[in-house]
Order: sequence, then C-alpha cells, then structure tokens
Amino acid sequence: MNQTELKELEKKANDIRCLTIEMIGKLGVGHIGGSLSIIEALVSLYYKTMQVDPTNPKWGERDHFVLSKGHGGPALYAVLADKGFFPKEWTDTLNQPNTNLPSHCDRILTPGIDMTAGSLGQGLSAAVGIAIGKRIDHKQSRVYCIIGDGESQEGQIWEAAMLAPSKKLDNLTVLQDYNKMQIDGTTDDINTLEPLMDKWQAFGWHVISVNGHDMEQITDALEEAKQTKEKPTMIILNTIKGKGAYFAENKLSCHNMKVSTEEWKKAVNELKEAGV
Amino acid sequence: MANEKELRQIYAELLLEMAEKDERIVVLEADLMKATGTTSFKERYPDRFIDVGVAEANMIGVSAGLAVAGKIPFAHSFTPFATRRVLDQIAISIAYAKLNAKIGGTDPGVTAELNGGTHMSVEDAGLIRGIPNMMIVEPADGVQLKSLLPQIAAVDSPVYMRLARKTKDQYFENGTDFELGKIYELKTGTDVTIICSGIMIKYCLEAAELLKKEGIQARILNMHTLKPVDSEQIIKAAKETGAIVTAENHSIINGWGSAVSEVLTEHYPVPLERIGIQDHFGEVGLTDFLLKKYKMTAEDIVVATKKAISRKG
Repeated sequence: MNQTELKELEKKANDIRCLTIEMIGKLGVGHIGGSLSIIEALVSLYYKTMQVDPTNPKWGERDHFVLSKGHGGPALYAVLADKGFFPKEWTDTLNQPNTNLPSHCDRILTPGIDMTAGSLGQGLSAAVGIAIGKRIDHKQSRVYCIIGDGESQEGQIWEAAMLAPSKKLDNLTVLQDYNKMQIDGTTDDINTLEPLMDKWQAFGWHVISVNGHDMEQITDALEEAKQTKEKPTMIILNTIKGKGAYFAENKLSCHNMKVSTEEWKKAVNELKEAGV
Repeated sequence: MANEKELRQIYAELLLEMAEKDERIVVLEADLMKATGTTSFKERYPDRFIDVGVAEANMIGVSAGLAVAGKIPFAHSFTPFATRRVLDQIAISIAYAKLNAKIGGTDPGVTAELNGGTHMSVEDAGLIRGIPNMMIVEPADGVQLKSLLPQIAAVDSPVYMRLARKTKDQYFENGTDFELGKIYELKTGTDVTIICSGIMIKYCLEAAELLKKEGIQARILNMHTLKPVDSEQIIKAAKETGAIVTAENHSIINGWGSAVSEVLTEHYPVPLERIGIQDHFGEVGLTDFLLKKYKMTAEDIVVATKKAISRKG
C-alpha cells in the first residue's frame, strides 16, 4: 500500500469516526466505546480488503462480514451509509422508532448487514457456517468477522474456534477487538482472556497481533490472512475502547454511555481539526 | 400397522432423495449421526455433511451461517439438546434473523427410554412454541414424513421437527397426503374429539375402539403441526362434538393441550381434558412402562374422554 492510499484510508477512518460519534451523540446515548475501537478495522475491511457492491448488497460473489459484537452496529452503519448501501439520512434515525438502524445489527432491517447479532458469542458460529457454505459452492470470496473481548468469555466462541481450524477454513478471517474492557471492569479483572494469542494458536489458528488503530498493520494482516492456507486467521486488534472521543476514550464507563450535545460536537470538532 | 423400517431410516432416505434434487440441502450433526441415521448422507454427500462434534450451540450458529450462504440446513440432536440447550441460538441466530434452517429433535418425550431423565424432553416443543417465526411439526410415521418433509424443506421458514427415530409404527395408509399446518382427520366421530400427535396416535386409535364398544363415537384428529395452530379445525371440532381431549408425548404445559386450550378459550369454550406428561421430569424406562406410569395409555385416554363428555353442559 502506497503512502497516498494509506493517508486516504486514515482520513476515511477519521470521517467515519466523526459520523459514528455524531450518530450516537444526536441520540444522546449508545455503545460508543466498542464502536470507536473498531473504526480502523472496518475502514480497512470495507475500503481496501472486501469485495462488496453497495448497489447490490446481496451480490452472490461478495465477501461476507459478521459483526459478532453486534452492539458495534453504529460504526458499521456509518461505513455502510458512507459506501452508499442506504441513504446517509438514515444515520439520523439510529435507534429511533421504526428505524432501519437498530442498536444491534439486523440482517432483515439494514442493507449490507449479512448477519443478525447482539446476543454475544453467536456471530462467529454464523461466520463459520457462511465459510463452509462458500466452500461447498467453490466460491473464491471470503468471510470476515469481528468479535469482542468480553464476548470471548462466551463458551460458544470457543466451540466455533475449535471447528474452523478442524474444517481448515482458510476463507475465514476473524478480528478480535481487544480493547481489554467490558461492562463491569477490565477483562483482566473480570475473567482474563490471557494468554490470548497462545489460546488461538493452540486452537489451530494463524494468529497475527497488531495495533488495532494502525491502518497499515491491519491492512497488511488482512492481506497475510488471504495468503494463509489450510487454516483460518485470527487478527488480534490491540485497541482502545472509545478511541478518539475525549469523553469516552479508555474509560470503563464508555460501553454504553450518555453523550451530551456539547460533548459530541466538541469531540467531532477536535477530530476534524486534528485531521490527518 | 408396522413398517419394516425405523422412522430414522425413512428420514435419511428422504433427505437423500431431496438432496439429489436440491443442492442447497445440507445436513448437520453434533456427534449423533448414527442415532439420527444420517450416515448414508455423509457417505453420499461428504461435502454437504457437517459434524460439529459435541457442540450444539455452534451447530445452530453454523446452520444460521449456512442459511445466509443460501443453503437449507437440517441440523439434528436429541430433542433436549436440539432445543433447551440452544434456545437462545435458535431464537436469535435462526428465528429473529429469519433464516431458513430446519432443526430435527429425535427421541421426543418418553421415547428417550433408557437414556432417562437427562435426555427426556418434556418441554422441547413448548419452548420453541414461544419463539416467533418458528414452525413446529411432529411427523408421526414414515407415510406422514414422506408427505411433510418436502413441504418442510420448501417452506421459507425455520422449522423444528420432532422425530421418534426408532418407531416402526405406521398409522396412515401408504400415499396419504398431509398439508403442513393443517390438522388431519384420522377418524370421524360426533360425540367427542381426541386431538393427538406423534406416538400418541396409536393409543388414541386404541382408545377410540374401546370407546366404540361403549357406544361413544370419537373423532380423532392428528395435529402434526403444533405451530402455526390450525384453529379452524379445532373450533369446528368443538362446535360439532362439544368436548375435546388432547394427547401428547410432551408436557401438558405449553404443548398441544395448551395450544388447543388457547384456541378453545378464545373462540369456542368446551370441556377439555389433557393427556400428557403432568409437569414432571422423565426417567429411565421403556415406552410402555412410562406411558402407564404417566397415565398416558389408551385406558387413560378413555377415562379422560368420558370425563370430558360428562362435563358437557
């Protein structure tokens, strides 16, 4: 990836981060922490790595994406709106009555959402199922899935983690948003995931650990995953919960927090001024 | 009547037949392939057969993903592990997501026999009944399965199937047609109606013969589809016979008896008696022993039927 392209992706991430803060800010409450920690991963996926068609969300040859940590929906909606999967005005309807953009991802309501998620631990199994389906049909397209770290305390994650390498699903790439926080405290305090890399390696995955806010590292890891044969890839994204919003960043309270008009506007202004 | 084949063999043969014509059909197991009888499917279509091991929650999630990828998954386990163990996975990953997956629970109710209480679901259909978008079907014999399974595959809806895998009983004439969601009249009658499903058909038909000797003409209806409920036939039976008995191989709570009761209460109240498992867990025992202990035999149905008739206004 050349420097121009990298700069463009970083600028796109800044824009998507601003839109995500604006969406949740206008509503006044939302899952801002876990939305902002996955912005760079989503931008790398949707603007560099994945093959999708916003004019034909159900395109049969597309790469699929499952946001297993479904509460990160707002960040994904910002990306899908920007890509043109649905009118940008929809972003003003987040969690409003009769919205197409509910707090947690819904494949029926939102164009571009491949799988419903919100009850934690379930999306990875669906991603495994999609990957098996693609293999049956000899498709070259791939499946991507983001799971949370708190979510990884669910047993079903590890059921799926066992099956994917067992079935040699090299068309599956999973990204773990490792912001090290969950609702009740830090993951290390509540129920530690460590040693996380060792766990995934022991389960048979190709594991890459990256700075989850470094666009180049993420994009390179996604490319490495494509080249990896006979096993699925786990990219551990070392992230900061609430990244980029001064009122939320690295705060345990940011999982699902109230956001004032003053806060979101100030945060967006700061990000726009900082630019990239 | 008896069939020379167990229900699971007929099921597996039908799956193969359907899979031949429809390449979307895939089969999932959680280490119970031999129990379900789908070994032949694995041999014929190894790429379309996925054994996830002893991990039922993952099996349901993988089924959801396969449905997203355009497949029609048929996922199986024993009834308790195909339902209560994975209830949230069915609710969210399948039903809420409106995905076209079919879930087969084998060994319903007392037919778990020597596996005992841990494997004896008394509540599986009841649990699924509360989940929106789900259909529930209990094909009782090979004839009924042959008619209903293609409809189950064809309907664009998640379906939970209850299958008494080891039964060789045959209740219906070869070639009988059934319609998904519609009650089937097994026997005409005007004095009382007995509504039954699954293995209870056998005992209800025996009960009808005993009642006939006493001059009581019982209508026998087979409610193979628990959900959506066929209200029309239930109301008709209530109006024409004035009393109803339900007989199910399931808890009387939340199953067939409850569904019929809801329809009657809202539309046309008549006396109702419910034969089934009376709000207790199962235990080790052969079917005949358990049915006797749980008061679910033909004689028990006769007693319940007379009671229902005696309560007519």
